[in-house]
Amino acid sequence: MLENEEIDEPTIKPVKEIFQTFFKSYSAVTGLFILIGIAVMGFIGPLFYPTDPFDMVWMPFSPPGADGFLLGTDYLGRDILSQIINGARVSIAIGFLAALVSCFIGVGIGSFAGFYGGWVEETLMRITEFFQVLPTLLFAMVIVALFGSSVLSITLAIGAVSWASVARITRSEFLRIKELDFVLASRSSGSNNMALIFRVILPNAAAPIIVQSALLVGAAITFEAGLAFLGLSDPNVISWGQVIGSNRVYILDATYTVTFPGIAIFITVLAISLVGDGLNDALNPKLRSR
Amino acid sequence: MEDLVSINNLNIEARTRAGTLKVVNDLSFTIKKSETLCVVGESGCGKSVTALSLMSLLPEGILKVSSGDILFDNTNLAQLSEAELEGIRGNEISMIFQEPMTSLNPLFTVGEQVSEVIRRHKNLNKEKAWVSAVELLDAVKIPNPDKRAFDYPFQLSGGQRQRVMIAIALACQPKILIADEPTTALDVTIQAEILALINRLKEETGTAVMFITHDMAVVAQMADRVVVMHPGKKVEEGTVHEIFNNPQHEYTKSLLAAVPKLGEMASKKYPEPMRLVGEKKPKALKPIIGTNEPLLKVNNLVTRYPVKGGVLRRTVARVHAVEDVSFTIMKGKTLSLVGESGCGKSTVGRSLIRLVEPTSGDVNLDGQNILSLNPKDMRKARSNIQMVFQDPFSSLNPQRPLFDQVAEPLRNYGTVKREVLQEKIGDLFDRVKLPRSFMQRYPHQLSGGQRQRIAIARALALNPKLIIADEAVSALDVSVQAQVLNLMMELQVDLGLSFLFISHDMAVVERVSHDVGVMYLGRLVEIGPRPSIFRNPQHPYTQDLLKAVPIADPDKRKSERDLNFKPLPSPIHDLTHNPAPSEYKEVAKNHFVLTTDCGY
Amino acid sequence: MLLVLLVVVVLNFLMLHLAPGDIADTIAQTMGGADEQDMAELRKQYGLDQPFFIQLFNYVVRVALLDFGHSHFYNLPVFDLIMERFPATLLLVFSAQILSLFVGILLGVYAAQNPNGLSSLFVNMFSLFGYAAPVFWTGILLLIAFSLHIPIFPVSGMRDITIESSNFFVHFFDVLRHLFLPMITLASIFFAYYSRLCRASMLEVLGADFVRTAKAKGLSKKDVLLKHALKNSLSPVITFAGLSFSAVVSGAILVETVYSWPGLGTLAFNSIISRDTPVLLGILIFSTLMVTVGNLLTDLTLKALDPRIKI
Repeated sequence: MLENEEIDEPTIKPVKEIFQTFFKSYSAVTGLFILIGIAVMGFIGPLFYPTDPFDMVWMPFSPPGADGFLLGTDYLGRDILSQIINGARVSIAIGFLAALVSCFIGVGIGSFAGFYGGWVEETLMRITEFFQVLPTLLFAMVIVALFGSSVLSITLAIGAVSWASVARITRSEFLRIKELDFVLASRSSGSNNMALIFRVILPNAAAPIIVQSALLVGAAITFEAGLAFLGLSDPNVISWGQVIGSNRVYILDATYTVTFPGIAIFITVLAISLVGDGLNDALNPKLRSR
Repeated sequence: MEDLVSINNLNIEARTRAGTLKVVNDLSFTIKKSETLCVVGESGCGKSVTALSLMSLLPEGILKVSSGDILFDNTNLAQLSEAELEGIRGNEISMIFQEPMTSLNPLFTVGEQVSEVIRRHKNLNKEKAWVSAVELLDAVKIPNPDKRAFDYPFQLSGGQRQRVMIAIALACQPKILIADEPTTALDVTIQAEILALINRLKEETGTAVMFITHDMAVVAQMADRVVVMHPGKKVEEGTVHEIFNNPQHEYTKSLLAAVPKLGEMASKKYPEPMRLVGEKKPKALKPIIGTNEPLLKVNNLVTRYPVKGGVLRRTVARVHAVEDVSFTIMKGKTLSLVGESGCGKSTVGRSLIRLVEPTSGDVNLDGQNILSLNPKDMRKARSNIQMVFQDPFSSLNPQRPLFDQVAEPLRNYGTVKREVLQEKIGDLFDRVKLPRSFMQRYPHQLSGGQRQRIAIARALALNPKLIIADEAVSALDVSVQAQVLNLMMELQVDLGLSFLFISHDMAVVERVSHDVGVMYLGRLVEIGPRPSIFRNPQHPYTQDLLKAVPIADPDKRKSERDLNFKPLPSPIHDLTHNPAPSEYKEVAKNHFVLTTDCGY
Repeated sequence: MLLVLLVVVVLNFLMLHLAPGDIADTIAQTMGGADEQDMAELRKQYGLDQPFFIQLFNYVVRVALLDFGHSHFYNLPVFDLIMERFPATLLLVFSAQILSLFVGILLGVYAAQNPNGLSSLFVNMFSLFGYAAPVFWTGILLLIAFSLHIPIFPVSGMRDITIESSNFFVHFFDVLRHLFLPMITLASIFFAYYSRLCRASMLEVLGADFVRTAKAKGLSKKDVLLKHALKNSLSPVITFAGLSFSAVVSGAILVETVYSWPGLGTLAFNSIISRDTPVLLGILIFSTLMVTVGNLLTDLTLKALDPRIKI
């Protein structure tokens, strides 16, 4: 070979290298471990700490550490530690499922808008714009207030109001990538539209979408907590936001009743965003935005 | 004559994740007052880095001068404080860059940007600085400078922006102007004008010029003396005549051999591969004759894009990208479409396989009218025409191994059984001279030339009759470009392929084509056999285009007086615009010239 | 913009229509039950017996005439109720947005000068905190801190009704004092976002070709940074701020609830408790209006900043 050109830094990297970069970052791996730990706590924890979070087990407002309750009891004398362990399950499940819903809607709308252009794009982006303008929390409040506060309706409500950012990112990635030569080359070698969208463009657009979706999981958890704080939560299950919401009247007398579930949310979302940052760096070393 | 700049034993290191890397290795040369020194070399040879170190503008933390010194006007730049350097930059040493599109601040008017440097160094008040900014814009031949000074960069063309950059650089009568590939991103007519402008201003002001380029033809146009660099080192230095007439170093020789020189094919009837220095056993260079059997006939092709506007996003105007273009490609031959950016040559290529939908016209491939096919038959027909694209960095899917990418067309058409696929792909890798071990690699593990080879292999997979090569070698270094061109010509002989070769580079076009079509503003202004077009150009645009091409011969320089090109009119017209059909006059056998007004 | 509002109104109607139970049910509930005949009477009174599209049309017309219905809990027209609360929310939202932009940009520019230094680390940590801490929880922590430990700012309401003064400025400063904690709480999330984004955008701009040109002109570091780089790095921050308006309004609802700030948020909270649907829907329309106006202001700012943008 006569060629002696330098090989340039790739702009989009294959999957294997992404994992390598990700696992080199301490903070990302720490985040991942915390997240796994919390999920394990939520799903297996109750086996080891069987106190029912709805049971009134002791006097109300027993401070942390006293009377054998590590995190104290709430206004009804329920065990806060048990509430946090059991709340993890619901908070994380709602967070992931709602983000999944958003991701589906957002990627669907964004990819079709970006790929087809024209009136398809025009219509879909108008809808997206509308959802961007709608104050999400209020809209979710209305949905939950009107359709009842079950875990399902809360998840769907959160998912239905937070997909706009995914759609925007997906669309702009599609707009960028569909002009690249390899897409034209693939089209001229006989790929049909669906293959182009899902097998050629989407894998190359995945990086920012994955990062955004990871951040949405955290946002959905805080979102659920916010709804619960306003009293819009499923009364049959326990979640972290609900613990804060039901004790909010007593915050000045028993600060720990809101501090601990708050810390739980904080740590979980922090872990998610560390993972998100790690993914961002791994997927896209050039752009470190948001 | 006195030395203005003297660089002594300069070493520059780059800090990468893999460790430190020497990008400039023990480099020494001098620049005398009022001379033009060209530093030439291929990408990554350290020429731009050397220029930045002269400005003391190496990016911090990435590149560092590790030893050696740079004397400017007998002062060691390394010993100056940052404030003293600021006083020199833009004042005594100034610089223009490769990318005029991004080198100006998009949020300030050009007048502000020119007068800013005057106020910084000349201590003039706002009004006086503005007046002299307008004078400078006039000197670099910006039309209506007093009005254009209020324009923002996005309102100017690429050539005009580069003129503004030159105005900024020369505002304070610097002792030396560093020009880092200032015309690489520009069209050839604009390039000729900018080069002539720099030459004139140099004569008028007596400033020295350090001109950095990869293009030997540009060197021949500009240089008094030449420094040739090859990975980090100076391999040869001499006057421009010494370098061109009597090169000493192997690398310089190979560089000169790889450059197609306009006019060197004049005596040859058919294209033939280039003889490359450094190839172990030079192949027999046989001319490529081809046949006279038509493969593709294009009649009255028109492609227009809608321009949407207003609240309702209605079509308010149309871009007339291709207007009434007709041509024929023979089996086993190459037709080149040549023209400057925006002339519609790429759109022609894309219209042929309906990557963009043509507005009207006929495209007839081997008796089959492509434009009337339904989507299913169109998919089938596409296997006969394949494309190779320009940018080696975006023409391959970064997420998939090379094997999959070359196999993609075969899988899409299901023409090859799975068991023989492996062998078939292996053959294709052999054809484009890449080792079979590359099959599981990813695109980023390849160099630019290797990527283009993969793109060619992919195009060959379906045994097409025609390959459309859209600026397929433009982004490559000359030595690599020559190899890829030779590969394409070899494939043409072996497989009887036809090529539609789309390019802006007249010298390359002269080398590879049987027939040539020249495009301007969507029209084919002249078409005919290559020797006839180059020997006897008839259309004024073709004549100007040929005049603008720099020739790799220091005795054939152009001055600003020879060049008066017309600015390109807008191809956007309102919906009622109905251009006249293209009419041609036959000036020689098969050599046609447009008689309709095309705007030039 | 009008289109957006129309869509919200139609959406409201659809949700009302699809939701189990109607206004008659709610009223009957609050009255403590009603028989079939009364229910039919009520439905007729509210036009619920008419065809779908007539109902939709009537609803849209009523809203266009600023008739958002009647709050059965407060026994007031919804419009009057909202107008009374609207200014408080407007004040909170815009003051928090402006404060967070200002501080965010300042911090971002500072951090960008030293991408691996302490200030950058601080910005990154801070933005993680802003993202991870639920805004109502931050509010509660601040409320606890300021009511129990450092009682210098009031933690509830918008003004002190014990002040008896006719001086405008006395009242003005009273409102500002009350505004402080809600504003800081709300701003804390967003200036974390903005500072991080501004840092990233600034870093990108500092690598741009025209910054190299500015340096090659011999401009001082300060001029390169504050004149050439800053102006170019603002666009993404402002754009993001525009997109965040609906999030700011959402945050304001929670913050208001924490600090009993008498705006739309507390009203929404109360109307959820009292199942006062017309009020909730009216608030949705008004807050959408607020976000649309915010977006319009963003577009105008962007246009003023960048000559390439046309509206």
